[in-house]
Amino acid sequence: MFSPEVLSNLIIFVPTIFAFLLIFADKTAVEFMRVWTLVGTAITFALSVALLGTYAPADGGIQQVVAKEWISSWNIYYRIGYDGISLTLVVLTGFVFLISMLASWGIEKHVKGYLILFLILETGVMGVFFALDFFLFYVFWEVMLLPMYFLIGIWGGPRREYAAIKFFLYTLAGGVLMLIAMLMYFFASASHTGNGVGSFNLLELAKWAAQGNVFSPGLQVAGFILLFIGFAIKVPTFPFHTWLPDAHVEAPTPISMILAGVLLKLGGYGIIRIAYPLCPYGAQYASYALVAIGVVSIVYGAFAALAQTDFKRMVAYSSVSHMGYVLLGIAVWKINEVTGAAEGANYWLMGMSGAMFQMIAHGVSSPGMFFCVGVIYDRVHHRDLNQFGGLAGLMPRYSGMAAVIFFAGLGLPGLCGFIGEVFVVLSAWNFSKTLAIVSASGVILTAGYILWALQRVYLGPAYKGPHPEAITPMNSREQAIGWALIVPCFALGVYPNFVFDYTDKPMAKLVRSLDEGYQNTPKPHGDVQTTQK
Amino acid sequence: MHDIGSLVDQLVESTKTSVGLFVPELVLSGTIVVLLLCRILPLVWRVPTQWIALLGAFTAFGWTLSQFDQLVTPSEALQVKTLFTGLLKFDEFSTFFRMFLSLFLILTITLTVLTGIPDREDAPDFYTLLIGATIGMMIMASANHLLMVFIGVEMTSVPSYAMVGFMKGRRQSSEAALKYVVYGAGAAGVMLYGISLLAGLTGTGSLPEMAERLSMIVAQGQGISDPTNRTIVLASLMVLVGLAFKLSVFPFHFWCPDAFEGAAAEVAGFLSVASKAGAFALLVRFGLAFSGQSKEVSSIAFALGIGLGVLGAATATFGNLSAYGQSNMKRLLAYSTIAHAGYMLMSVSALLVLRFSKQAGAEADVASLSCIEGLMYYLFVYLFMNLGAFAIVALIRNQIFSEELDDYNGLGTQCPVLCFGMTICVFSLIGLPPMGGFFAKFAIFYSVFKATSVHWVMWLVLAAGAINTVFSLFYYIRILKAMYVKPRPDGARKVTYDLMPVGLFVLMVCLPVLGLGLFPARFSETFHHVASLLLTGR
Repeated sequence: MFSPEVLSNLIIFVPTIFAFLLIFADKTAVEFMRVWTLVGTAITFALSVALLGTYAPADGGIQQVVAKEWISSWNIYYRIGYDGISLTLVVLTGFVFLISMLASWGIEKHVKGYLILFLILETGVMGVFFALDFFLFYVFWEVMLLPMYFLIGIWGGPRREYAAIKFFLYTLAGGVLMLIAMLMYFFASASHTGNGVGSFNLLELAKWAAQGNVFSPGLQVAGFILLFIGFAIKVPTFPFHTWLPDAHVEAPTPISMILAGVLLKLGGYGIIRIAYPLCPYGAQYASYALVAIGVVSIVYGAFAALAQTDFKRMVAYSSVSHMGYVLLGIAVWKINEVTGAAEGANYWLMGMSGAMFQMIAHGVSSPGMFFCVGVIYDRVHHRDLNQFGGLAGLMPRYSGMAAVIFFAGLGLPGLCGFIGEVFVVLSAWNFSKTLAIVSASGVILTAGYILWALQRVYLGPAYKGPHPEAITPMNSREQAIGWALIVPCFALGVYPNFVFDYTDKPMAKLVRSLDEGYQNTPKPHGDVQTTQK
Repeated sequence: MHDIGSLVDQLVESTKTSVGLFVPELVLSGTIVVLLLCRILPLVWRVPTQWIALLGAFTAFGWTLSQFDQLVTPSEALQVKTLFTGLLKFDEFSTFFRMFLSLFLILTITLTVLTGIPDREDAPDFYTLLIGATIGMMIMASANHLLMVFIGVEMTSVPSYAMVGFMKGRRQSSEAALKYVVYGAGAAGVMLYGISLLAGLTGTGSLPEMAERLSMIVAQGQGISDPTNRTIVLASLMVLVGLAFKLSVFPFHFWCPDAFEGAAAEVAGFLSVASKAGAFALLVRFGLAFSGQSKEVSSIAFALGIGLGVLGAATATFGNLSAYGQSNMKRLLAYSTIAHAGYMLMSVSALLVLRFSKQAGAEADVASLSCIEGLMYYLFVYLFMNLGAFAIVALIRNQIFSEELDDYNGLGTQCPVLCFGMTICVFSLIGLPPMGGFFAKFAIFYSVFKATSVHWVMWLVLAAGAINTVFSLFYYIRILKAMYVKPRPDGARKVTYDLMPVGLFVLMVCLPVLGLGLFPARFSETFHHVASLLLTGR
């Protein structure tokens, strides 16, 4: 129907167009505006699925769609394109925004402003996934920040001001670090572009990094640290995660769904798309630390989740734990000390694929969990885990759906959470047996906090908390959202090739080029490897 | 030896061509005369003076625009490079700033028409001062001689003092003006002393000749311990003190928050942008005046560059940290302008460091291009974003009679256009894409980053710039928080604005901020071109 070029641009900008037209809508026509926004997100989702249909993963390379000069004197291009990695995330984004819009029906305050910001947010996220120019990537990255501040700050819970500023501050700090890394690469690439001006082209930069002799080891290490912190804040991994529980708890339900489902993936995507390809030496240099951070995130997040009494906070910490698998899977890059070649590259590839799958799976299960919290919170207006109980009898269908979604988060075989965790933990074994065992114990802790939460909320004799009279069965809109979440939980769990078909080849390509990049980079003399023996 | 006759001929010739190119300033001077006549003659009492002022400003803008257009078109480059036998420089750089200032004059006058801050009776006086200060800034931007440097600075300062104290009835206003005068006079005295030292040492006031003369008198290989070298450094520092005062650079910033708080928001907006633009143009010229073959002179300029970098970092940090505790909007924005002066100073510092580094050569010219480009871009965006912020403060003040941040609570729903404009300005001031402030900051950071390869201190400057960006978020976001997150208290005065003409003006000022962020190519290229002509076209 459309060429990929048109499709990708439409996916990015259809939400903005819908947002712009919303400005002219009458403030009182609330229902119309909601339907309008729903249509906008539905169209975007449909377009992203259509784009998925046109994607032919021949060699796993990037299908570059558009490269238009933007600021020529700075070599900045409007350059977008995609491969299996970004495309699956684009489809996930379209899906999560669509169901979050359905979940936004309950928003009554300043509906117009909410919807406009919601749509602009979608443009920002889509843009990040498509951008192949570092500058453009950065612009979309920050564009995403602006609506998010207001969405949490205006429509959030009681401590929303604090949560919103904290979120903004953390992300901005990460962004500034990324900016400096961007300048470093721009400056360092100046002698290779031919015209003396550096390059922002991510593909070109990655190609040079793979050649090994363009970016010095020192630059790669410094650049990697800056980029990694920038993205780790977004993931979020252990020392940088403290904004997440606050932001999640205070944000309204649909925004929590987006935050967990999509925004966290941007961090992982950034690591895969930018931090690793641009600094293979730096990434390998830090690999043991990265794996350790990943493992600590898994275990720490799980313990923190166990300790929560707030239902939503528990789900938020479960995100920290689950995203730890993503970092762990990416980072298990073990090298042969003598040759510098990756040792057991297939295991590493498996870890990478597992991380990718985990991102998609978490993108389905985590919004699902937040949605479940939202459904009950809308009715009884509290989230205290110790005051629930007995909901299975009062809301059987809701409880059934919630059980499936929580089991998907737990990683029950046959549901989506399983594949990613297994892949990652298996690949970690090749890297370090100790860390693999620790990370595997995270699975048990996960089972612990999820089952315990299920028990406290849904099982038990009767509901004794406040507002028992408000507990009513799910309405049809809520049921639709529930089903929409449950279907992919099963589909991905039973047939993971829905994702792997698209991501396998790009991942293999990435692993190959990283391996080459590390081997080609001249090692500083007398360098002591931090990798384990 | 020239005989008197040929000298006179030369003078007449130079004056003839110069006057033709000096028309914008002359038009503005003529406008002042007409305005003063309006004040005196009862016949013209009825003429609305703002239209006269606006007409003058438009003429000056149009004229400078066409001059700029001719200058940057490569084929038709005018041959005349100096006016009035070398007192003023007439090149792309100065013409850009003259255009910039007259555009700003138009916007400020328009704003005062909308807010009605000078009442009918005072209007001629006010516009006289406003235009007079603008002429002074234009001279600052094109000064090519130490004498004109001083005249420019003083012509800018004296009307500024009066404008700050223009709201005669308010104690605060008079106090602010007094403070401003005292500081200003002190700084001007120091600067004048520095100028006289420099002129005495070199025997010339002409900036282009200065480097040459300096390299002749600098003691070879003696370094800073030589008395002559020390005097040069001292004199340069004294001149820089005068400029630092105009730029409100730490530690010469004390006047700025008081003056801005005391003055009307319109005046504060004008001073914050225009006098900075003039002073930065002058600073760049003064810094480049050290260009020459001599290694010793270069090393002095290099040291000055490093010093400016440290000052810039300190200024940005100080401004941002002080702004955090403010509750008055004008005071908050005053500290924010101090911080922004710090960022811009970083680019001048990078310029000097790159250009006067030991390995300076043709490459240094190319490397330092982006510094001037970044500075010009920053100033251009700053014009819109800072004026926008002050204009909105003024417009809101007219309705709620308050400039306290707490009184802004919940305005977001009452005057969406003003608050939307404020949002754009604030995000741009923070430096977030897709606003223009981001690209400007990006360009400046890039030039500082380039300079890090020359000297390690520039790493600290860059780090300070980066950290400050995060710091500044704290207080800027308070404005948005008040407007959007906090509820409007019951019984608070209502703010109502029609879309015309106030909303239109706000959009006119704020949308360019967005535009400059989304489509920077055109301007970036022009500034790049201007910078390359400035650095290499001598």
